[in-house]
Amino acid sequence: MKLFSKFLMGAAVLGVMASGDASAAGKIVMDGSTTVGPIAKSFAAYFTKTTGTEVTVSESGSGNGAKSIINGTCDIANMSRAMKDKEVAAAKAKGVNPVEHIVALDGLAVVVNPGNRVTALSKAQIRDIYSGKITNWSKVGGPNAQIVKIQRESNSGTQDTFKSLVMGKEYPISKRAESQASNGAVKNRVSTTPAAIGFLGLGFVDSSVKPLLVDGVAPSAQTVKNGTYPISRPLFMYTNGQPTGVVKQFIDLNKTSDGMRMISELGFVNK
Amino acid sequence: MTEEVKNDGQRSSAFVVSPQKRKMQKLAKNAGETLLLGIASFVAIVVLFIFYFVAVDAIPYFQLRGFTEFFTSTGWYPAGEPGEFGALAIIYGSAMVTFGSALLAVPMGIAAAVCLSDILPFSVRQYAKPIIEMLAAIPSVAFGFFALVILAPLLQSNGGPLLMWTWWVLAAPFLLLAVIVAADLLSARFAREENRRKMALLLQSLFGILAVLVLYVVGTKLNAIEIITGTNALNVSIILSFMALPTIVSVAEDALQSVGRELREGSYALGATRAETLLKTVLPAASSGILAAVILGIMRALGETMVVWMASGNSSHIPDPWFNYLEAVRTLTATIAGDMGEADQVTGSARYHVLFAMGLLLLVISFFSNLVSERIVVRQRKILSGQ
Repeated sequence: MKLFSKFLMGAAVLGVMASGDASAAGKIVMDGSTTVGPIAKSFAAYFTKTTGTEVTVSESGSGNGAKSIINGTCDIANMSRAMKDKEVAAAKAKGVNPVEHIVALDGLAVVVNPGNRVTALSKAQIRDIYSGKITNWSKVGGPNAQIVKIQRESNSGTQDTFKSLVMGKEYPISKRAESQASNGAVKNRVSTTPAAIGFLGLGFVDSSVKPLLVDGVAPSAQTVKNGTYPISRPLFMYTNGQPTGVVKQFIDLNKTSDGMRMISELGFVNK
Repeated sequence: MTEEVKNDGQRSSAFVVSPQKRKMQKLAKNAGETLLLGIASFVAIVVLFIFYFVAVDAIPYFQLRGFTEFFTSTGWYPAGEPGEFGALAIIYGSAMVTFGSALLAVPMGIAAAVCLSDILPFSVRQYAKPIIEMLAAIPSVAFGFFALVILAPLLQSNGGPLLMWTWWVLAAPFLLLAVIVAADLLSARFAREENRRKMALLLQSLFGILAVLVLYVVGTKLNAIEIITGTNALNVSIILSFMALPTIVSVAEDALQSVGRELREGSYALGATRAETLLKTVLPAASSGILAAVILGIMRALGETMVVWMASGNSSHIPDPWFNYLEAVRTLTATIAGDMGEADQVTGSARYHVLFAMGLLLLVISFFSNLVSERIVVRQRKILSGQ
């Protein structure tokens, strides 16, 4: 495997391997983020069914996705963050020209029980609640009740998003936080527990729970799209140079109605 | 006599067989025995294979991270970088809900079994037992749904009063019985009938007042409790006890039935009352079977996954104080179920193997409890037959 990737790296350096080559063979190779993974996978299934082009999707994380596109081992790199300057420089040094495509937006609503009088929290307050620094609603303008923190299991992409956008690396989530297995279960717990706080993919919010304003901004497709809602991020696919042929066709799926439906069914926001 | 004569013709054809036929019969017998042996050993081999494959994936964890962290740390951050794999709080959570459910299910189950086998008339028992056994047919996800959607909110909104009423309903009859028995036992020392009766009355009223006081004080304390989160160890213990109940009732009732009429009638013949017969003859004679019932029930509670995953809250910390059943806990089974989804992508990592380490731990625990129960049953049987 190592030898293989070294070989490909060499090939990329020599400029033998252009982005069009792999796609000309009627095959698309994707690598990268586990958050973008579900979109890539359902696009891939749809694409293979409609065009017959084989698509392989690996989920090794955004960083590894960047490495793959720089080394020319994939046609599309999925990333849940923008490429860092360092990565862009590394790519340029190897003759790769990374072009970013935003395929969807990812936003999380922080929700409480409708009976809770708290309507807004800052991102810092949410972080303090989940890290266990704030344990009572009275500290943030609510009733005198112990906060019941609800999170997702460690294998959830929603959990990853929350951790990277709200908690950051240096604040682990408190051991007392309860875990639920799905967006639906979190919603159920929050809607039946007066002192609960939880987070959901934007698509899952309904009237049984109350979404909070975060840093003064209400979560909605609108605020996620214009970038004012703080717990949101664009999801990227990167190609080497402007895409052509099947790769272009694949990335443009996010602009089609079927692609948009798949994105919102997965709980993401269309850009 | 006449029948024998009539059957004579058939008998001769059945018993006198040609050597060829005898050979065939022998072959068929051997083939049948081999098949049965094969099936029986297949089951045994399957158990061994389960042990083997779980261990093969569990051992790399201990090679990677050693034993200390797993058994002594409460830091469970499997997705962290670097990950932490302290399972102490999770092991404790499993123990806690198993103990809690046993505490509820064992007395209830044995009492129900005694009632079914020795107290209820046959006509009632005929219907009551299948109804109790039907509890076992309810899928665990339905129990879990009930725990999450109905019991958890109920505990949050009416937890205190609910606890108080449960306390009254469970403790009042028990205390009443205890008062009567204690008064009787203590007054039995008096030789004269008149004194004895007076003393009994005095003690009864004294203990009665004490009992009501205990009921009231504990009741008000419970009433004042506010349950913050309904998905907690108590919720799961209650649901698990109902899931373990049919096993305990059914097996214990069979054990009580197998004691037989002879012992019971012998006891009555010696002048024992029904209570004495039950407590001093039937229950000791059936104790090994009842123990087996209890261990089977506890294993049911320990191994249950869906209910604990849905309703225990899954927070990996040791409650504060340690006996606080009103806090969320996390169990081994729920952790395996919850974290397995990510495991295929990181095959070979500590995060993957730690789940097998937990599975191995569960296997070892149930293996040893089965072994111990088997030992006790054998010893009990020896003692009983020796007498």
